[in-house]
Amino acid sequence: MNSEVEEKFFGHNQETIIQPTRGWRFLNWRELWAYRELLWVLTARDVKVRYKQTVLGAGWAILRPFITMLIFSVVFGKLANMPSDGFPYPVFVYAALLPWTFFTAAISTSGGSLIGSSQLVSKVYFPRLIIPLSSVGAGLIDLLISTVILLCMMLYYDVGWTTSLFAAPLLLLFVIFAALGVGTLLSALTVKYRDFTHITPFLVQIWLYVTPVIFPVTLVPEQWQWVLYLNPMTGLVEGFRSAFLGKPFDILGLGISFSIALAIFFIGVAYFEKVERRFADII
Amino acid sequence: MSQPVIKAESLWKEYAVGALQSQHHTFYEKLTYALKSPFSRIRNLQTHNNITEKFWALQDVNFEVQPGEVVGILGRNGAGKSTLLKILSRITAPTRGRIVVRGRLTSLLEVGTGFHPELSGRENIFLNATILGMTKREIERKFDEIVAFSGVEKFIDTPVKRYSSGMYVRLAFSVAAHVDADILLVDEVLAVGDAEFQKRCLGVMGDVARGGRTVLFVSHNLTALRNLCHSGLLLENGRPTAMGDINGVLNSYSASRASGNDMIAELNNINYDDPASILRVQIEPQTKNDTNQLSVNTPFLIRCTIEVRIPEADIGVFLHCHDENQARLFSSGSFFNPQLNGIKLGVGRHEFECEIPGNLLNEGEYTLDVLLVRDRHIRLAQELSLLSFRIHDEPMDIEGWNWPIIGVIRPKLNWSHSVSEECIKDNMATISSSGIK
Repeated sequence: MNSEVEEKFFGHNQETIIQPTRGWRFLNWRELWAYRELLWVLTARDVKVRYKQTVLGAGWAILRPFITMLIFSVVFGKLANMPSDGFPYPVFVYAALLPWTFFTAAISTSGGSLIGSSQLVSKVYFPRLIIPLSSVGAGLIDLLISTVILLCMMLYYDVGWTTSLFAAPLLLLFVIFAALGVGTLLSALTVKYRDFTHITPFLVQIWLYVTPVIFPVTLVPEQWQWVLYLNPMTGLVEGFRSAFLGKPFDILGLGISFSIALAIFFIGVAYFEKVERRFADII
Repeated sequence: MSQPVIKAESLWKEYAVGALQSQHHTFYEKLTYALKSPFSRIRNLQTHNNITEKFWALQDVNFEVQPGEVVGILGRNGAGKSTLLKILSRITAPTRGRIVVRGRLTSLLEVGTGFHPELSGRENIFLNATILGMTKREIERKFDEIVAFSGVEKFIDTPVKRYSSGMYVRLAFSVAAHVDADILLVDEVLAVGDAEFQKRCLGVMGDVARGGRTVLFVSHNLTALRNLCHSGLLLENGRPTAMGDINGVLNSYSASRASGNDMIAELNNINYDDPASILRVQIEPQTKNDTNQLSVNTPFLIRCTIEVRIPEADIGVFLHCHDENQARLFSSGSFFNPQLNGIKLGVGRHEFECEIPGNLLNEGEYTLDVLLVRDRHIRLAQELSLLSFRIHDEPMDIEGWNWPIIGVIRPKLNWSHSVSEECIKDNMATISSSGIK
């Protein structure tokens, strides 16, 4: 199937028809698959460039969430005495910071990614979705590195290490869906309305307060918890805690968050595809 | 007859020109406007369609390209050449019409697309080649060839930000030259690099053309077009006005340019986000009579109106003048005048005038590139062949001389004559020596 797809998009006997396109259409998966090498190359570029000419290099991937964890532990864990479902606060907050840092980094970088690559967009053709995709992909490396720290912390505090850990990849998949949805939506909107370069940091900040990163869901009265789960990151962040710390899963909450993450993904990608063909004209 | 590789049927492309935008040029104007009516921006967004002006960049373009054909696309600035290339390379979609492309098409609208300054030459080759549509296997196979052609073997693992601009361009072009495409779209790629490298690029283009691949080539270099292309397509104001054999098309291009209405250029596709842009360039003959013609002895002014949108900017105008064969006759910048060097321009419109003395250029056709330069080395805007003008012969009233004066330039030179003393002495000596005998 690979060679067949490649022949269709890169072969010497292909026939391309260029004509006006209108209305909504969803992603051309086959085309995206044919361009996977470009996705890989651009992701590798983002990763390589990120820590060039820094003294600590990839150490920043460890330091950033670690320092955030320390600050949160002192401010919220010690000073504010935030409840943490019975877990040591540092490991409780770090398990949530893991998907959260990935998510915010992904939506901020992919939000500005199209404008940052305007040179590419106005000079060559390729599925534009690859640009925000590669921004999200580049963040995955950081996530994997900082996961190692969490595993060490779990050893140190002697929590977790249950079979729930096997749920982590599935949870990660949905975090990626949510990040891609929001990221592509923001990147497409930023092309047309530069206001979003100012809105995105704001959005990230507000989003933190409606996501149980520094506080547990149990802080909210039980009959209102479902509202919190409308934010897909709630279920995913709580899910990460369950997976790594061995807390029981909230299946209903997870279900709501999963469906909303998927919905956001489809809306984001569909909107992106709708406006994609005009990018070169307005960027 | 074989099937055409490109078949374009009634292609139209419309662009929206923001008419509203142009009313508020400066930040101050924008600010006061925003303060006076804070919601007007949002209102304007809703009534967007009524306010914006439409502009047809391409109108009913039809053409076919046969396999192996090398087609030159000509036209003045803003004639729609770049729009056509952008549609063919699928960067932007046409508003109406359709194109069928058979085979693998690669567009080289610039060299070094996607090059990242922090990455090494090696990494950039892979990056750039993948962007141009090569697979990893192909790149690996051709890698040594690419490096050898670029001549930067020694620095292949150095970040390209440490390259000289010449090395950078050579590496970038070398990747482009090795793309295995059936159809190549080339836009002014040859306008980079030094003369020797340009010659080499033209050589490669020639090889590509002879190698049976189809090439669509946009250039202002008429000599290159004549040498490389079999056929041509001339665009004027978005309409194709001549098609067919390259020599015929080049002739109609020259004829259309010689009509003389190129003495004023008004730019309409202005990006108001740029720090500065060229609005208008005009050639004004400095003669007492009313004719708008330039003759070899009329001095003339090149008047450039520019708009600056950032405060306190050190911006200058730079001119390149070319003859019919695209040979550069002169270049000059406003900052060559010590009094204009380093002056800070305020936000708003400015005019620069450059005086070209009479008795400098010979009879012929010339084109002018106009550039905006910041701090003497950052290029803000570049309009190639923005103006073209014809200098007419002014026959000299010399009895017995009826021939044209050959030469690239035609200066009025001072001649004088005197009788040499040496000559008199020598004559005397000969006379006296012969007298002794």
